[in-house]
Amino acid sequence: MKNNILEINNLKVFSKLESGINLVNSISFNVGRGKTTCIVGESGSGKSLTALSVMQLLSQQLKLSGKILFNGSDLCLMDSESIRRKRGNEIAMIFQEPMTSLNPVLTIGYQIEESITVHNRLSRNQINARVKELLTLVAINPDRVNSYPEELSGGQRQRIMIAMAMSCNPDLLIADEPTTALDVTVQAQILELLDQLKKKLKMSMLFITHDFGVVADIADDVIVMYQGKIVEQGPVNLILNKPKHPYTIALLQCVPDALGEKILKPIDYKKLERAMAAI
Amino acid sequence: MRYLLAAKNLSKQYIQTQGFFSRKKTVIDALNNVSLNITKGTTLAVVGESGSGKSTLARSLIRLINIDKGEIKFDGKDFLSLDSKALKNMRKTIQMIFQDPYASLNPRMKIQSIMEEPLLIHKVGTKITRQKNISIMIERVGLNISDLDKYPHQFSGGQRQRIGIARALILKPKLVICDEPVSALDVSVQAQIIQLLKSLQKEFGLTYLFITHDLRIVRHIADELVVMHHGKIVETGKTDIIFQNPKTLYTKKLLASIPGTMKST
Repeated sequence: MKNNILEINNLKVFSKLESGINLVNSISFNVGRGKTTCIVGESGSGKSLTALSVMQLLSQQLKLSGKILFNGSDLCLMDSESIRRKRGNEIAMIFQEPMTSLNPVLTIGYQIEESITVHNRLSRNQINARVKELLTLVAINPDRVNSYPEELSGGQRQRIMIAMAMSCNPDLLIADEPTTALDVTVQAQILELLDQLKKKLKMSMLFITHDFGVVADIADDVIVMYQGKIVEQGPVNLILNKPKHPYTIALLQCVPDALGEKILKPIDYKKLERAMAAI
Repeated sequence: MRYLLAAKNLSKQYIQTQGFFSRKKTVIDALNNVSLNITKGTTLAVVGESGSGKSTLARSLIRLINIDKGEIKFDGKDFLSLDSKALKNMRKTIQMIFQDPYASLNPRMKIQSIMEEPLLIHKVGTKITRQKNISIMIERVGLNISDLDKYPHQFSGGQRQRIGIARALILKPKLVICDEPVSALDVSVQAQIIQLLKSLQKEFGLTYLFITHDLRIVRHIADELVVMHHGKIVETGKTDIIFQNPKTLYTKKLLASIPGTMKST
């Protein structure tokens, strides 16, 4: 058993139409088994493309090169059928908008059931029991099994998404800004739920966010991305307390803090570019 | 007159019918005896989760929603008894900045027309003075005069929010209601917009009513704070004092759920 569940080597994502533009530019990083790795960056930094590359869900117009080793085998070399068997089964993903990721005309019970039966053959009774078990796992009353998504709040919908993601006990969960659309109190609950599930199910997480507050709460390792490249990576304490790269420093300075001691400083991109050129 | 806006005992109820055929009705108290004062030239933040009534409060303060009960005084005048003509005049002095800069700008209008529209509605100035004001304002918010000839889709989220701010300030309002103006933006852009709002406040002597669910931002912009929960004000006071010494359980819970505080508690 290797120590890393996911190893990404020299990953590049580029457009088929416009040559010469690398949207993700030669990035390499690992996700440790049982660990949470956070990718932080502004919009357009390539963090979501990186997540989609792991799931092999990139748009048709994009191509990727490099190695994505999941449990030792390269996802980029697999045929679509073997990828499909891994996706949702061994690697699961949750998204930012729980409202748009659920089908409004199907009950939540049916949608959770679907994610179980795609990968497993179970009897009717086993399926019903598993759906109830999953709802309990994400702290939703199992009696809600016949509710429709519109009858649930935003936080409850995100819990349903998490239940669906957990349905096949994935080894790796990719979470793309799962709490950005939620209220702060609900956000804190969802983060805690994910942290508990990670420990209980011995799962690893690749967590994408732009919020350093969230990073401080859940990350073991942090990757900072800027313009398609990784500018800095390391353990969370080091990145938050002793950032080295000028971009990480600048990004940390524009995060508002609850203490109100810090003076907010927007990123001065000209200054940043000069500092980056000097490295 | 110290207060630009003083609201007393505002109440607003919504009646919700349950199900398609049933006659069962439930009454929701969107605002329940809410009172607040905003001092001239300062920022008052209204904080609460979704459904706490903070947007209903903002809308009813400028009479976009009619309230059931209560008094509102704006600049010393009774705001609720104004007739429609006087109300229109008064609205010139109250402007709003919205959360979603993508949705609040008409995609078919050039920035020039977007910014001129409020001036035309209120019949302010001549064509030449309008043009001059628009040019000054667009540069003040950090964009170029050449941008006036572009359409909203040609701008990034942060730039669009700058346009929204320029449009709100073109009428030289006294009160600006900011409804989650930075929630949809990246942290780096968020910091830029907060700085811009602060410097504009100083320059034009603006008063802000700032609605948000993000307590970290409140700490950086608000002088005073109102915490809302289920249509009621649960706590109010100076921002620093509430942060250091929250009195109610709900405020304590809100402060504890600020990201980045989970591990330390």
